[in-house]
Amino acid sequence: MGHILQQFSQQAVNGLSLGSIYALIALGYTMVYGIVKLINFAHGDVMMVGAYLGWIVTTQLHWSFLPALFFAMVVSAILGMLIERIAYKPLRNASRIAALITAIGVSLFLEYGGMLLVTAQVRTYPPVFPETVYNVAGIMFKYGDVVMLVTSVVLMFLLQFTVQYTKVGKSMRAVSFDKDAALLMGVNVNNTISATFAIGSALAGAAGVLMGVYFNTIDPLMGIIPGLKAFVAAVLGGIGIIPGAMVGGLVLGLTEAFVSGLGASTWRDAVAFLILILVLIIKPTGLFGKNVREKV
Amino acid sequence: MLVLEDVHVYYGAIHALKGISFQVNQGEIVTLIGSNGAGKSTSLKTISGLLRPKQGKLTFNSEDLSSIPPQNVVAKGISQVPEGRRVFANMTVMENLDMGAFLRKDKSGIKKDVERVFELFPRLKERKSQVAGTLSGGEQQMLAMGRALMSKPQLMLLDEPSMGLAPILVKQIFDIIKEINAQGTTILLVEQNAHMALSVANRAYVLETGKIVLSGEARELAASEEVRKAYLGG
Repeated sequence: MGHILQQFSQQAVNGLSLGSIYALIALGYTMVYGIVKLINFAHGDVMMVGAYLGWIVTTQLHWSFLPALFFAMVVSAILGMLIERIAYKPLRNASRIAALITAIGVSLFLEYGGMLLVTAQVRTYPPVFPETVYNVAGIMFKYGDVVMLVTSVVLMFLLQFTVQYTKVGKSMRAVSFDKDAALLMGVNVNNTISATFAIGSALAGAAGVLMGVYFNTIDPLMGIIPGLKAFVAAVLGGIGIIPGAMVGGLVLGLTEAFVSGLGASTWRDAVAFLILILVLIIKPTGLFGKNVREKV
Repeated sequence: MLVLEDVHVYYGAIHALKGISFQVNQGEIVTLIGSNGAGKSTSLKTISGLLRPKQGKLTFNSEDLSSIPPQNVVAKGISQVPEGRRVFANMTVMENLDMGAFLRKDKSGIKKDVERVFELFPRLKERKSQVAGTLSGGEQQMLAMGRALMSKPQLMLLDEPSMGLAPILVKQIFDIIKEINAQGTTILLVEQNAHMALSVANRAYVLETGKIVLSGEARELAASEEVRKAYLGG
């Protein structure tokens, strides 16, 4: 019994670590969807770029974790804004399918453009953290796990604060609810959309660095599966809803960890997509979604 | 204050405003009346910049408005209470009012204006931390008006404030419109409820399929045979 409980807790720790990465990526999906109603399929690839940015400065310049994280976030934010301006903005009034296909195009561009630039070779992240392992009542916490969880939680807290209390956050909420009404208040919609892409991409960049640290290896196609999983997480929580993405990411991470813990790790990805199918059948608005009715 | 001269506006291929001209002077309540699809809302959206005139002149305090992006129009002193209220249903009453003061930086002035809005609409004060989506239709209309006042407008554009409200609430809303005007805000009011609109306005214009067909003192129009037949139910 004690053994099972210990196993359970261990998987919970693993699941939370992985889930917090999913949550960070899912936030970008959900924020962008909330404001421009676009599933930005290039989002996972921005995460990949973030991973490479972190890898370059930690291996070549021997930066430590925090500066590398910060650097990856800033450059990813700029990349996100550029993608929006160049690829999506001209299509803002086009049909949604046109924007979606463009997003897939941007995704392929980043994946194979990345391959051209850094080759398809798998790269190894340097050990940025000491190999310390904490043993708390038989549950193993790697130093890296703790830093990852703390980083994700801090970033999510910062995001929540930004969205709730700052001017840019309020304008993001206003634009996502009613673009014309926001314009009438004097909100600059273009800048608000740029800011949303910047923040979402910065979180993806951070997730990329964490991903590199967690799995040690990175490659130009590493963004595909986590990107899709984060999309599942965003839908699970209710697309467009920020707390939903956080919870969705954690639930997905935990589910995967438990599936692996039961010895069925090859079924991990299948379970993630099964969740997507079930959500779409049972509650398409997601865990946090509700049908808002307009009052007359 | 506000002058439109031969303004033409298109919705895609539809010629929605076919050369309308009217003006609003400082301190007035002016109303545009007319039936559905006459171009009343289109006129307001053109003034606030959501739509662009294809031809004609649109000036506010002698300054050209026709090429100013909508988010900058509010800074010029014009704010709009859109049709259907369009409050931010996902935000609280207080946050909605803050959004109305989005471009302002004078914290103490904003605070004073929140108090002013609460004086005009005591109901909003009671519900200030409630999410706007849970308010009744009348309360949402009050919130939309309060939000528009928060930008400290010289000119307030009101689009169908009576829509969907019970008669007693309509009366209340129109009393407040008069009060806002008395406190120094010029008002341009668009209404299907011509009777109510003419009772508060100084002057009125009657729109019909994108053209102004009648204009004059509100009292005179309310008494005129034509208007009575077409818009006041006999």
